[in-house]
Amino acid sequence: MSFLDLKNVTKIYPNGTKAVHETSLSINEGEFMVFVGPSGCGKSTLLRMVAGLEDITEGDINLDGQLINEVDPSERDVAMVFQNYALYPHMNVYNNLAYGLKNRGIDKETIEQKVNDAAKLLQISDFLQRKPSMLSGGQRQRVAMGRAIVRNPKIFLFDEPLSNLDAKLRIQMRLEIKKLQQKVGVTSIFVTHDQVEAMTLADRLAVINDGIIEQLGTPIEIYNNPKSLFVAGFIGSPQMNFLDANLNNKTLSAENFEIKNIESDYNGEVTLGIRPEHLIETENGLINLKVELVEQLGSDNLVYGQIKNIKDFCYRSPGNQTIKKGDNLSLNIEENKYYIFDKSTGKRVN
Amino acid sequence: MTRLITSGFSHFILFIGILIMIVPVWMIFASSTHSGLTINTQGLQMFLGDSFYENYLRVLLYKGGFFKEITALKMFLNSFIMATGVAILSVITSLMAAYALVYFRTKYATLLFWMIFVTILVPLELRIFPTYSVMAELNLVNSYFGLIVPISASAIATLFFRQFYKTVPDELLESAKLDGANTWRFFIDFLLPLSKTMIVAMLIFMFVFGYNQYLWPLLVTSSEQYWTVVMGLKMMSGSIVHRFAFVMMSMVPPILIIIVLQKHFIKGVFQDK
Ligand SMILES: Nc1ncnc2c1ncn2[C@@H]1O[C@H](COP(=O)(O)OP(=O)(O)O)[C@@H](O)[C@H]1O
Ligand SMILES: [Mg+2]
Repeated sequence: MSFLDLKNVTKIYPNGTKAVHETSLSINEGEFMVFVGPSGCGKSTLLRMVAGLEDITEGDINLDGQLINEVDPSERDVAMVFQNYALYPHMNVYNNLAYGLKNRGIDKETIEQKVNDAAKLLQISDFLQRKPSMLSGGQRQRVAMGRAIVRNPKIFLFDEPLSNLDAKLRIQMRLEIKKLQQKVGVTSIFVTHDQVEAMTLADRLAVINDGIIEQLGTPIEIYNNPKSLFVAGFIGSPQMNFLDANLNNKTLSAENFEIKNIESDYNGEVTLGIRPEHLIETENGLINLKVELVEQLGSDNLVYGQIKNIKDFCYRSPGNQTIKKGDNLSLNIEENKYYIFDKSTGKRVN
Repeated sequence: MTRLITSGFSHFILFIGILIMIVPVWMIFASSTHSGLTINTQGLQMFLGDSFYENYLRVLLYKGGFFKEITALKMFLNSFIMATGVAILSVITSLMAAYALVYFRTKYATLLFWMIFVTILVPLELRIFPTYSVMAELNLVNSYFGLIVPISASAIATLFFRQFYKTVPDELLESAKLDGANTWRFFIDFLLPLSKTMIVAMLIFMFVFGYNQYLWPLLVTSSEQYWTVVMGLKMMSGSIVHRFAFVMMSMVPPILIIIVLQKHFIKGVFQDK
């Protein structure tokens, strides 16, 4: 049995909303797991069941060899960082960090030692006497992290802790969280709707849609090998391009091009997915793109245009190229870098 | 310029308002420092006289009542005990009632709350006889307990605390739980300090409420030893200047409480923001 084990876990809220469907998942000790999915897909619910803040309707959760379904949150030895930090407004930073330790009956000197160590690790030593209201967003974030770290819990739970920060700070904190987790080595679950955050932080990630884990794997596995239309569209930025097509006898025919010798026995209507970064400019390519908009990012350009009737088709070109609105580009797909999905079920077929 | 005029004008209005409220009080105070003879012959006085100590000391120490066994000083003590008791007890009960209403998973919490709330519409006078008979059966007539307890359940204070608790974010409770706080600790370590400001406000409010009680103490005390200031006001006899002096003194405790507690009240407001 692994460190954290979810077995057929289901959550139905009292009002009838089924937020999580028979989900099973194993997380190893020291692993950084990320739950990613659109808003309302049930990520928080799943996390909160691990924390004990929501009842489990059906299924079992085992933590460190112990069935914790009925264990009170205060006894589970888990720590959670909330989106709005939930710092204790009437306590100074020191007491915010110390509170959980005091409740465990740890003696004063040990508490002081632990709080100071955690504060040093997070560079908040200078604010220990301040109230949370006198801290900036980034500092509050650190205090929230400190409160989790200082207890040295079995597992860290993060519920979108970065979404209240501005873009720059978010990237910085993302890095720090990853470094910190590697240093402390505590098993962690991190919930986010931001796929970039998910890709950069995760050892493994679970892409969740509508209360179901659509795919589980390392970030690169999922990027390279999305198993469904949903995962393909969700992971990767800018988003994968999707075109309607037909697959017959290993030949794929889209509106104005064909690909032969496809490795699939599926016949019927499909959706063809191509990532913007998997296109290359050539002469006499498969695809003719009429450029409508160019976003210059410096390192590369995002070129949006039209292929016949399909709008907003995206191509990622190297940054040193000058492409203008109105240009006609001829593009090819990199060898085997395309994904074919059953149009009705969204399942991958190649 | 126009702003100056309007602000000058509103200050003028406010000033008039203050005068209207202060002048009668001042006249009673000024008159209470004269001899009874002066008032009886020359009417109310606007300026201070020279009988301040004489009048006030006599009022404080004079044994009044039918059996001549209660002094004004004792009445003040009684009122103070009663008002403080009511204030503290009703704040404690409302804090806990509100806690149960908001945080316990009681199925009919809202219904329960409204049932408590409608008691505001039922004045003390309506339930005074049943309440009295309960106190009489329990042998609590003529005791501080009897004076305090029956009026120490406050629906209004419960309402205020409940509304305040509802603004406390759920994450705070959840976070505290994960930090190992049980139900009781959350109340002590979180809700109490967070509602400090409101507790002080309610203490003031309930103190004044308790201090102003007339009918209930009248009914539940037959011994003069338990008379309160407000009862004394009604029972006072004697020279008009002594009555004035008593009236003046009766205003002191509530004002004092407000002045003393206001400091914490304002401090709380500014710190918590
Ligand atoms: N307390 C609740 N009562 C009823 N439905 C809820 C409750 N909390 C969340 N839900 C519903 O459950 C679903 C999943 O919610 P949540 O786990 O918060 O999603 P996410 O965190 O992925 O955005 C949503 O449809 C949401 O409306
Ligand atoms: Mg959420």
